[in-house]
Amino acid sequence: MLTVAALAGVMSLVSAPFASADNIFNISRNFAFIGLVALGQTAVIATGGIDLSVGSVMGLSGIVTGLVLGSGQPLVLAAAAGLGCAFLCGLTNGALVGYLRLSPFVVTLGMLSVARSLALVVSNNKMIHDFGPDERVVLALGGGRFLGLANPVWLLLVAALCAAAWFRYSRLARHVLAVGGNENSTRLAGVPVARVKLTVYVLSSLLAGVSAILMIGWLGAVTNALGQGYELRVIASAVIGGANLMGGEGGAFGAVAGAALIELIRNSLLLLGVDPYWQGAFVGGSIIVAMLVERVRRGSRTAG
Amino acid sequence: MLQLRSVGMQFGAVEALHSVDLDLAPGEVAGLMGDNGAGKSTLLKIVAGNFAPTSGEVRLDERAVELTPLSAREHGIEAVYQDLALCDNLSAAANVFLGRELSRRLLGVLPVLDHAAMRRRSAELFDELGSDTRPDDLVRRMSGGQRQAVAIARARLSSPRLMLLDEPTAAISVRQIAEVLELIRGLRERGVCVLLISHRMSDVFAVADRVVVLRRGRKVADKATTDSSPEEVTALITGAIEAA
Ligand SMILES: Nc1ncnc2c1ncn2[C@@H]1O[C@H](COP(=O)(O)OP(=O)(O)OP(=O)(O)O)[C@@H](O)[C@H]1O
Ligand SMILES: [Mg+2]
Repeated sequence: MLTVAALAGVMSLVSAPFASADNIFNISRNFAFIGLVALGQTAVIATGGIDLSVGSVMGLSGIVTGLVLGSGQPLVLAAAAGLGCAFLCGLTNGALVGYLRLSPFVVTLGMLSVARSLALVVSNNKMIHDFGPDERVVLALGGGRFLGLANPVWLLLVAALCAAAWFRYSRLARHVLAVGGNENSTRLAGVPVARVKLTVYVLSSLLAGVSAILMIGWLGAVTNALGQGYELRVIASAVIGGANLMGGEGGAFGAVAGAALIELIRNSLLLLGVDPYWQGAFVGGSIIVAMLVERVRRGSRTAG
Repeated sequence: MLQLRSVGMQFGAVEALHSVDLDLAPGEVAGLMGDNGAGKSTLLKIVAGNFAPTSGEVRLDERAVELTPLSAREHGIEAVYQDLALCDNLSAAANVFLGRELSRRLLGVLPVLDHAAMRRRSAELFDELGSDTRPDDLVRRMSGGQRQAVAIARARLSSPRLMLLDEPTAAISVRQIAEVLELIRGLRERGVCVLLISHRMSDVFAVADRVVVLRRGRKVADKATTDSSPEEVTALITGAIEAA
């Protein structure tokens, strides 16, 4: 949080357009899409798992929602279809990781490929920009604003508050952290570990689906490349926000702050005229640095 | 209340237990002894529902049961494991209540964790144990003795009928050992049955009514402590005496 504030301060001095209302509006909206998904990712990482499939699930949900809208169906139905796909992806991930105890890395890497390919199949590699009779509602939902903030930002704020309360007050979240801390003893304590895992993967996918639906409203169109590479930004957000990749740690506001920080830096680099091709190096590098910082912190703790 | 009938446990080629019979009556404290790898922890884990025996059966109150960690708890069986099985990243109170968290209803509907109640109850349990463990401390930052107190407090939470203790005094100070032994005596007075695994001969002879000796997965002795002696038990453990 402090880092975010500090960086924002520096940037507003260095770059005039940075502090403009428009730019801040854009930054906040951009990280809202990521932040939302990072909330779910944080829960997954807290169990000691990882969900690499979120970007592709966004693509699939977005495409399916777009197709159903385009076929003249109302938004409710289209959103249900998109979220239904996300739910199935999450269910598959969760069942394989939780009940069959397969490696989360491998399972969700597979799903990354499967969901993206399904998006290609159902869209037939075409862009969808006709959203049918509910087009106005869709565009307003994802692209509109309310009291000066973009709608996705409002949703993120509400979701983050709910997630924070969830982490502190729900039994499930307590079990999520316990699984990440010591899976075996959590099982011995009678906690249904497999079900806990299933739930977090479903949550993660559903949030990816929600984010995708907002995003197509903002973009006004959807291609099967929607969300491509987002898994990296989402994971980076969660990790920078304090989720420990070894499991057992993580909080809601951290994920949001992490998403904000990444978007800020991305935006700063652009405004400072750094070639956008550097962005991948930056996001990937930040995950590695966050891991290193965690290692140093842990090392000094056990030593001291 | 607990009967094991020719229980065997095979881990691949390793036979950890071979046809073990054991009877425990309510209010009885049995000391289970044996060398490293004799099968003590395996026996305890079978009774706690972590392993299903590969042969033989476990009976509770004369009825054959197939135990899981959850159903064992429901039958009033609690265990303190040798490795303590705690979540390092959670607080002492969270560990005590793991899987049995207390909730209250917010506005009469929404169930939320009742942190205050769990903190209060754990503090009471630590107090009874004479431990200085604080409910909000993270287990990661605790001493061996404090961890042990957390594991024991967790097992006592539900007032079990049968308490399984795997080396409960291994990591703790002399003063705390006395507390744990006192606790075991207290459990017996309340009719709780205790199975105590320990390497410390003095612990077993101080609190146990019976001593059971395992050697390489076989039960080689099962007799009243008053009829035995530390010397005899040592000889049984090492194999200097075949059986007694
Ligand atoms: N989960 C397991 N998988 C395979 N082998 C096991 C497993 N658990 C125990 N064993 C084997 O079973 C045998 C008995 O082990 P056990 O842990 O019961 O011994 P113990 O009497 O508790 O020893 P210690 O005093 O060292 O705690 C050992 O040979 C051990 O290697
Ligand atoms: Mg053992």
